[in-house]
Amino acid sequence: MTTALFYLFSIFLLGSALFVVLNRHPVYSVVMLVFSFANLAGIYFLLEAYFIGILQVLVYAGAIMVLFLFVVMLLNVSPERPRARWVPLDRWWFGAVALVFVISLGALLVRGVGQLPSARSEVPDGFGGITQIAEALFSRYLLPFETAALLLTVALVGTVFLAKRKI
Amino acid sequence: MATVQRTYEPQFSDRFYLPAVVRGLWMTFVRIFRRKDTIPYPDRKYVPADGYRGLQRLNKDAEGRIKCVACEMCQTACPAHCITIVPSPAPWDEGEERYPVQFDIDLLRCIFCGFCELACPKEAIELTEIYDYASYTRDDLIINMEGLLKVYDVTSQGNIYKRQNEGESITIDTGKL
Amino acid sequence: MSGFDIAAALVKVLLVFGVTMLTIMLMTLAERRVSAFMQYRLGPNRVGFGGLLQPLADGLKFLLKEDIIPTQANRPIYLLAPVIVMVPALMTMAVIPFGAPLQIGEHLVPLQVADLNIGVLYILALTSVGVYGLVLAGWGSGSKYPLLGGLRASAQLISYELAMGLSIIGVVMLTGGLTFGEIIAYQQETGWNIWKQPLAALIFLIAIFAETNRLPFDLTEAEQELVGGYHTEYSSLKFAMFYLSEYANMITASAFMVSLFFGGWDVPFVDELAMGGWGVALSVLAFVVKVGFFLFLYIWVRWTFPRFRYDQLMRLGWKVLLPLALVNVVLTGFWLVWRAGA
Repeated sequence: MTTALFYLFSIFLLGSALFVVLNRHPVYSVVMLVFSFANLAGIYFLLEAYFIGILQVLVYAGAIMVLFLFVVMLLNVSPERPRARWVPLDRWWFGAVALVFVISLGALLVRGVGQLPSARSEVPDGFGGITQIAEALFSRYLLPFETAALLLTVALVGTVFLAKRKI
Repeated sequence: MATVQRTYEPQFSDRFYLPAVVRGLWMTFVRIFRRKDTIPYPDRKYVPADGYRGLQRLNKDAEGRIKCVACEMCQTACPAHCITIVPSPAPWDEGEERYPVQFDIDLLRCIFCGFCELACPKEAIELTEIYDYASYTRDDLIINMEGLLKVYDVTSQGNIYKRQNEGESITIDTGKL
Repeated sequence: MSGFDIAAALVKVLLVFGVTMLTIMLMTLAERRVSAFMQYRLGPNRVGFGGLLQPLADGLKFLLKEDIIPTQANRPIYLLAPVIVMVPALMTMAVIPFGAPLQIGEHLVPLQVADLNIGVLYILALTSVGVYGLVLAGWGSGSKYPLLGGLRASAQLISYELAMGLSIIGVVMLTGGLTFGEIIAYQQETGWNIWKQPLAALIFLIAIFAETNRLPFDLTEAEQELVGGYHTEYSSLKFAMFYLSEYANMITASAFMVSLFFGGWDVPFVDELAMGGWGVALSVLAFVVKVGFFLFLYIWVRWTFPRFRYDQLMRLGWKVLLPLALVNVVLTGFWLVWRAGA
């Protein structure tokens, strides 16, 4: 059952991801991207990484993509001249970019696959749970975590400053 | 006219809003248990006050003849042009010389202003207390002379809603209506 | 998973789904009856005993209405939106425990469809997905009022989700766990969280009113300004789906509130676990009564208060509730440290 679900989620994930790239309607793309996130969360659930899965939905699907949708919806996207529904695939540089990407990904996989623990190895109790993640985040990675927080605050203040000159 | 100006200085406690919220909730809550004003309609009916302007009727005189003399005053006075009268010489010997052979009121056009009642020199047309009539077709809501006289028969013995609420069974069969 | 477990899970799923649907029906009736009572009226009382069959009649009416798809609408999005709203609304009830664990033979059946170890976050995640339905319904209708309603809905939900999430953190810090089982067990031991986190409870209560788009926060369907908001262009069964999910969300939010701050199925000063079957029945009853109170509160508040203005809504969310929730988190942290030291 787990295997069947894994393939189901994977097919949906890859299919919707392809749809996002190839479709030209921005709103459809956003919706399909959200759907692909949901499937990714499903795969995380299968790996019993519930927290990561939920964060995938809560943060990416629930917060970030809503803002994407806002932007896409409010920038009036209807094109003046009718365009093709799908992205044309006959450009030579599409293939070139894809080739570079595949090669770099393949190189990563070849180098990294040996270092990964076996899929059958036992995971420690509570692996990927909130306690573990919180401990890692607030002890070992405290400095990067706080730096990221500071960075986001700066970005936020900057956005407000740019958007509203009169405060 | 003297102008009374009332000012309310918001106090610090008003800025918490919660006491006002609780007061508001209490206000609506106690009203749940108050007596209800609803009249359970088909079982009990609203009794309009005297002088209510509802469905028209054509009055009859002491001999049971129609009082109307087809003078067409009401037809002229009607701002909605909903009355159609066809006059004719009266068949009876003594009494009035004219009477209507056709007296139709289009109830969908009628605005129940009561001008017909005011214009009538013979007190022949009157507005009654009847408010609950309805139909599925427009044709049914053109009431004819026969119907208007039947309304008189029903309503001449007192407010029909008061009588219905007292348990009397009254049905109005006014032809098509 | 043994056959017994699967059977128990199926029964629980059906039970929760059925009871939720039934409660939605009763809520639509209660809404009309209670509002009528508050206004010296009687409300619908003629279909069935006391109007109990009125929701069925309403549902039938929805089914038989003409289904209109506006020509300006974006068809796939327009059709998808009610589904996106409805599915998360019905899924969220799954993690809420509605009674003490039931002992059947040697099996201990928890009265909860799924005991996820991140139960609280699960509900937050699904509510944040529900926003899409509103936005897409607004955009897909191809009409200006739904668009404005959808934008307002999403802005409102995102703003109040923050305050809501932060108010939960206080409870989670006390409990040290995100599952509803742990939260309720903690409250059984040490008393309900409302006594320890009154500020968080208040913020959470206000936030769930905003999250479910109910008055005084129903800016998204403000009739006087936006006709019907995001569901203006929807009719028939698709409108019914929006309507159902609004009530389903209210039920989930009430159950959420009860579980976090009012001890879930816990009856104070009673040990349900030691009482066997009767204890379970008592706990389910307690849960139903508590959720029922909050559902009544929803209706009660709706027919008492006028609507906020949009800037007031945003100010309340960002300038009042969010700082208060942060203060609550900090205070809880200090209290925990002080208690650990003492």
